[in-house]
Amino acid sequence: MHPRWFLVLLLTALPVWARAPLVLATTTSVNDSGLLDAILPGFTRETGIPVKVIAVGTGQALAIAGRGDADAVLVHAPSLEAGFLAEKKGILHACLAKNRFLIVGPPADPAGVRWETNVLNAFRKIYLKGALFVSRGDRSGTYVREQRLWKAAGLRPQGKPWYLESGSGMGATLTLASEKGAYTLTDLGTFLFTQTRLKLAPLFDRDDPRMLNQYSFMAVNPERYPWVKFEEAKALRAYLLRPDVQAAIGNYQKARFGRSLFEPLGGECILPIK
Amino acid sequence: MIEAEGLERRYPGFRLFLDRLEARPGEVLAVVGPSGAGKSTLLRLLAGLEAPDRGRLRRRGPAVYLDQQPYLLERTVLENAAFGLRLKGWPAARARVRAREWLERVGLSGLAARPARGLSGGERVRLALARALAVEPAALLLDEPTANLDPANVARIEALIGAERAAGRAVVLVTHNLFQARRLADRALFLLEGTAVEAGPAAAFFERPADPRTRAFLSGAMVW
Amino acid sequence: MNEVLEITLRSLGVSGAATLIAAAFGLPLGLWLGARGAGRLARSLLYAGMGLPPVVVGLFFYFLFSRSGPLGGLGLLYTLPAVAVAESVLAFPLIAGFTMAGVASRAEGVRRLVKSLGGNELQAFLTLLAESRRVVVAALAAGFGAVISEVGAVTIVGGDIRHATRVLTTAVVLETRKGELERAAVLGLLLLGVTLVVSGLLVVFGEREAA
Repeated sequence: MHPRWFLVLLLTALPVWARAPLVLATTTSVNDSGLLDAILPGFTRETGIPVKVIAVGTGQALAIAGRGDADAVLVHAPSLEAGFLAEKKGILHACLAKNRFLIVGPPADPAGVRWETNVLNAFRKIYLKGALFVSRGDRSGTYVREQRLWKAAGLRPQGKPWYLESGSGMGATLTLASEKGAYTLTDLGTFLFTQTRLKLAPLFDRDDPRMLNQYSFMAVNPERYPWVKFEEAKALRAYLLRPDVQAAIGNYQKARFGRSLFEPLGGECILPIK
Repeated sequence: MIEAEGLERRYPGFRLFLDRLEARPGEVLAVVGPSGAGKSTLLRLLAGLEAPDRGRLRRRGPAVYLDQQPYLLERTVLENAAFGLRLKGWPAARARVRAREWLERVGLSGLAARPARGLSGGERVRLALARALAVEPAALLLDEPTANLDPANVARIEALIGAERAAGRAVVLVTHNLFQARRLADRALFLLEGTAVEAGPAAAFFERPADPRTRAFLSGAMVW
Repeated sequence: MNEVLEITLRSLGVSGAATLIAAAFGLPLGLWLGARGAGRLARSLLYAGMGLPPVVVGLFFYFLFSRSGPLGGLGLLYTLPAVAVAESVLAFPLIAGFTMAGVASRAEGVRRLVKSLGGNELQAFLTLLAESRRVVVAALAAGFGAVISEVGAVTIVGGDIRHATRVLTTAVVLETRKGELERAAVLGLLLLGVTLVVSGLLVVFGEREAA
């Protein structure tokens, strides 16, 4: 561990080991799953480009990138990504992987979500029952999706006494839901990692397009922010889309959980970016 | 010795004025009077801690002043006692030797290595005295040194004052304790609302005070 | 290197550096103001500074160091030096303020004492400095304690980047966010332990009686 003094970065005659680090802003759910810790070292070994990962909510990641303080982003909120692209802040959008969102909740399942095949009906049941529900309450990809689902079901839970907004990361939100015996929407990865500690059961775990969680990569536009490490960002994009790396992403923790945490998309988006 | 002429000091709502005052070697001058009369101010002027607004002050030889609540440094008793000497430029070892002698005289030698802050009221005054006397000043200005002390300590300190007087120092003693003043004083001065009402040799002052106000004060009546 | 050790050393290093920087400016200022007397403006500013919300300071430096910001060319955002700078701004008013208050409370007594024994102003000032050692220790302990436990500004300016700017406090937040509460508690205890050790060292070495 040594401090990276700014002077080292400025020197033009840089030895390979001191190439400027790439700043990647991503979401807490991606970071906390450990995927990046598994996949990125290979990139640094091959290219000599170190990657600095800043893990915040999707909203903050895009805000940071929108000031040119990050060189690339890895997020999972198609509507926010569309806005980012439309403002010409990001380019070279690529869909990297997918998994799904789940509704988890108390094993006793007072709202009877378990047998629902339609996710909107599941939300309606929770609403009608007045069952405790914990929301992220931030600008995370999970929260964005949760709001869209409520809206699609024609419901407005804000202000209801059973609707709790945690303002925390996914792990902390799951802990809260577990403590209170509440329902919540979660991404697959975080849930699998923390499942053993929690008193929550996966109640809606289906291949429903509305529950699709799609992870995308975007490079920050060098035309708007001339200082960004665009070449490095392109290199990272190429690396992440390479078949062998995509396969590695798909295999991440597969043996442990018996299912893929991140199913590779190879650049083909399933959810439209809008 | 100290000589003051036409000494004046003004504060909002108060004026201290003394036409003439002398502190002579080998003599204890007791300054008595009610609270607020200006006794402490007078002492500070004589010590040079405050500058008079008008008047002349002549000092022959160094004068040392002892505060009502003596300030002790965050060091050991010995280092406190030696402090005055160090200020005068004495090397540390010599200062410590002399300081020890004085600690012996005030009866604090057993506590030499202790932190000064932990001393009792009487011990603090004795330490401050030792500190002040160690520099062997020509004049000693004491502001109620035995206030709030038990009789044993009072006696001890009075003995020290007597010894200093015998050694030829000029002592000015501000005190509330009229008995103490009678015991120690060669001359006395009654200060009331910033003016010297009466002054003179102790015997006459205490037995046959000339001014009715002095009489009233000495007999214990409230004097405004 | 064990990652917990790495994070601990980094916490110590950046907070220690920040305290030293803040002390380099704050101690002389505090001593000066305490000895000479501080006006109401100086006191108000220092006391307000002691209550500066750390996240506000963090945001300020974020905008300052952001690549879109005025000092963006320095590339300091998300680096340890930036964290140290932000932390030293937080520690400075604490160190200066505590020192000033402590020295001021002693100034009059020391001055009277020195003059009553026939000393001069310079001797009074030097004695005051010597007498203020405990005050300085307290001020340094307060400054260090404030910055090593700081998390908001450190996160905003440093980014909590693994192997780069992750420190004990941000690691606690991270583990809590992930729901790993036991790990967070262990890191928290470690943080407390580090702070205790440093404070203890400050007291032991700082308050040693001078010859």
